[in-house]
Amino acid sequence: MAWKEICPLTDIPKLGSRVVRTSTKEIGVFRTETDSVFAINNLCPHKKGPLSQGIVFGETVQCPLHNWRINLVSGKAEEPDEGETTCYPTKIENGIVFLEVE
Amino acid sequence: MQKMKLVVIGNGMAGMRVVEELLKISPDLYDITVFGDEPYPNYNRIMLSPVLANEQTIDDIILNTREWYAENNITLHTNARVHKIDRVKRVAIAEDGTTAEYDRLLIATGSKPFMPPIPGKDLEGVLGYRDIKDTNDMIEAATKYKHAVVIGGGLLGLEAANGLKIQGMDVTVIHRNEWLLEKQLDKAAGIMLQKSLEAKGLKFHLKTNTDTIIGNDEGRVSAIRFKEGFEIPADLVVLTVGIRPNYALAESAGIHCDKGIVVNDTMQTFDPRVYAVGECVNHRGISYGLVAPLFEMAKVCATHLANFGIGSYKGSVTSTKLKVTGIDLFSAGDFTGGDDTEEIVLHDAVGGVYKKLVIRDDKIIGGVLYGDTADGAWYFQMLRDGKPIHEIRDHLMFGQDSLGNTGHQGQDKAAAMTDEMEVCGCNGVCKGTIVKAIQADGLFTLDDVKKKTKAGSSCGSCTGLVEQILASTLGGGYAPPSTAKSICACTDHSHEEVREQVRKHKYLTIPDAMKGMEWKTPNGCATCRPALNYYLISSWPHEATDDPQSRFINERVHANIQKDGTYSVIPRMYGGVTNPDQLRKIADVADKYQVPMVKLTGGQRIDLLGVKKEDLTNMWADLDMPSGYAYGKSIRTVKTCVGSEFCRFGTQNSTQLGIDIEKAFDHMWAPHKVKFAVSACPRNCAESGIKDVGIIGVDSGWEMYVGGNGGIKTEAGQFLCKVKTAEEVLEYSGAFIQIYREEARYLDRTVHWIERVGLEYVKQRVLEDAEGRKAAYERLLYALQGAVDPWAERVAKRDEHKEFETIEI
Repeated sequence: MAWKEICPLTDIPKLGSRVVRTSTKEIGVFRTETDSVFAINNLCPHKKGPLSQGIVFGETVQCPLHNWRINLVSGKAEEPDEGETTCYPTKIENGIVFLEVE
Repeated sequence: MQKMKLVVIGNGMAGMRVVEELLKISPDLYDITVFGDEPYPNYNRIMLSPVLANEQTIDDIILNTREWYAENNITLHTNARVHKIDRVKRVAIAEDGTTAEYDRLLIATGSKPFMPPIPGKDLEGVLGYRDIKDTNDMIEAATKYKHAVVIGGGLLGLEAANGLKIQGMDVTVIHRNEWLLEKQLDKAAGIMLQKSLEAKGLKFHLKTNTDTIIGNDEGRVSAIRFKEGFEIPADLVVLTVGIRPNYALAESAGIHCDKGIVVNDTMQTFDPRVYAVGECVNHRGISYGLVAPLFEMAKVCATHLANFGIGSYKGSVTSTKLKVTGIDLFSAGDFTGGDDTEEIVLHDAVGGVYKKLVIRDDKIIGGVLYGDTADGAWYFQMLRDGKPIHEIRDHLMFGQDSLGNTGHQGQDKAAAMTDEMEVCGCNGVCKGTIVKAIQADGLFTLDDVKKKTKAGSSCGSCTGLVEQILASTLGGGYAPPSTAKSICACTDHSHEEVREQVRKHKYLTIPDAMKGMEWKTPNGCATCRPALNYYLISSWPHEATDDPQSRFINERVHANIQKDGTYSVIPRMYGGVTNPDQLRKIADVADKYQVPMVKLTGGQRIDLLGVKKEDLTNMWADLDMPSGYAYGKSIRTVKTCVGSEFCRFGTQNSTQLGIDIEKAFDHMWAPHKVKFAVSACPRNCAESGIKDVGIIGVDSGWEMYVGGNGGIKTEAGQFLCKVKTAEEVLEYSGAFIQIYREEARYLDRTVHWIERVGLEYVKQRVLEDAEGRKAAYERLLYALQGAVDPWAERVAKRDEHKEFETIEI
């Protein structure tokens, strides 16, 4: 695991996201209204919808395909749906967003 | 800071509903203590009859478990009857010595069975029917004794009688009136009901008054004597002659009572620290005995306890159903009528169907349904909304199905469905799953069912069916939503209220609007934010900020997301007309980006499917064609037929008019998608009959139809008017669409909006008010002024649109 530099915080819109691609996967990096940054696997546990493209509110994103709501902190789906997607640690240093991936 | 203390007296459905609502909006305001005199946590009292009828168990009907109280830090005292309230020291004192201090007190002591002063009413074996204990006593009596007599043929009495019969007893119902359920049914329906119940083995004595309940040597009831002079054997007597608000405690504390605890429209008693809800209150002179009004009261009360101070309770119109399996009965409002009312009656005595609607001033004010109650919820909704009925009067009696519901014909009779039948085709939810969830999880509203089962949460076409299932499962507990319901759980405001506030306070950004209207969540949700964004930009064009993050992904990136996360690209072809140059460009682009599928759309254009997001901008640059807005709540296509230029039948140049309309209204956002069509003769090859605005050329001009829809529910457009020139078509259709843009709820298609306001209203605005029409058309043109093609804009300003770029690491 290592910290990788992603982009300046300001390159992610508030209540929006950016897609980060590694050699093996895609990760959605989200910014909340209060400037917290969360990273989760860009695949909805339901039917693999690209979560990064959903509408963000509070610490939740709603999948654009079938409206599952995924918690950005835990990666878990909101009831009544059941499922979970992987979360990745993030940090912000001097206005730059970092992501910890293998 | 120390929390305030809230004490709730009464652990029933009304009191706990207030607590649930309060926890939703203000979870940390109070330390809550609840007193209940029964040994159980909160349970669903209206489901006691199914328990008595062996259809459910006590465990099934528990609404809030003890764990729930613990999780929410609520102190629960069961078996604790509060017998004194000290309003000076602000303490509630229970008979077992438990005390609790309060800052605010909520009294929800419910009601108790009325025990008439009949000699012998205190004998062993004589009961009321109110709680789990009564129910258990009846079930136990049925194992030992034979003859049961129920005094009082109202809803509760008949449910008790049915249950006791199922428990194996020989049951006789005594009723004072000429027919059963006289408060819910007229005589014709009452007689039909009696016949059905007699077929189940129940016996009845009507117009009969009890004189004495006779006991045996052991002090137990043995027979009943009537004033009419005869006697029947009785080992169990259930008195269900009515309920009385239980207000003795409040009265002893000096709180003003008058046949109930008197409350104002905020559910406050005469002591401002003390609130009361449920069957124990007298609100505007009425005490309710059904659950739906209690929930409305609870909601209002919770907002005041939370110091929000919004909402007031104005009283309820109630409807009832009898929870006896196999008997379908529904009644609502004033079903008797008077000199100023009209009645529509359908009576098939052999088939066992009776329907009566009472109408005053073009509105339904009450009704009785027996035998076929599938449309009960529909009639009740119209009654509550005060909807004018003259447009559908001819078909009213035949139900909602008769109003052209293609695709769902014959399937939306919830009662006739088996448990395995699918209700929600989008999420694959069958009837049994919904019924089970309603019973097991104590669901009461459409939103509850959507949340728990997903039924009705996608395309929404089955919500009517889900409401029917709710109504038939819950009986009197079902409260159909008022049409003025809030947008979502993030706010209490309805669509109309939000719109009005946006106009009144000139909100120009989402944060300002949410702050001004006291949104309950920090940034709303995926339901309310797109709606709010639309209300801002449509109310204040050129001034309000259009927030991309509050738009669904399709409108954010101007392409239509597909199941695998790729997008579709549909360029505009005005009026469905293209040329070799455009086709060559499309072919080249499809080759260059290896587009997996090229398809013709239903709107006469070409769809390039399976495009990667990062290719979108380059592709648009190569295409150099405008966006077709095939992804938005916006103007889609104007479908046209060939028209008089080539067609041997065409009377008008439909193609040119189609192109003109599509160009005039290009870039227009709307509450939902908007589709036009122009045909050149009544053969109607462009399918103008199922478009939001359908235009049909005739020799002498153009006919205009509005509110057509070819989607979930096929709706034929309604004739609006006939005009002479193409310029008039633009002005009339533009005005129509602009008024729809300004007044419809977000996600209403034109048909839904017209359904609500009525075609006559639309005619008045568009046809009769010529000044208003011109002004509306001008407002539309103003809103569209200077609009730019979103694809060209993104190509020109790539640097400002980083959302299309993927970050590689």
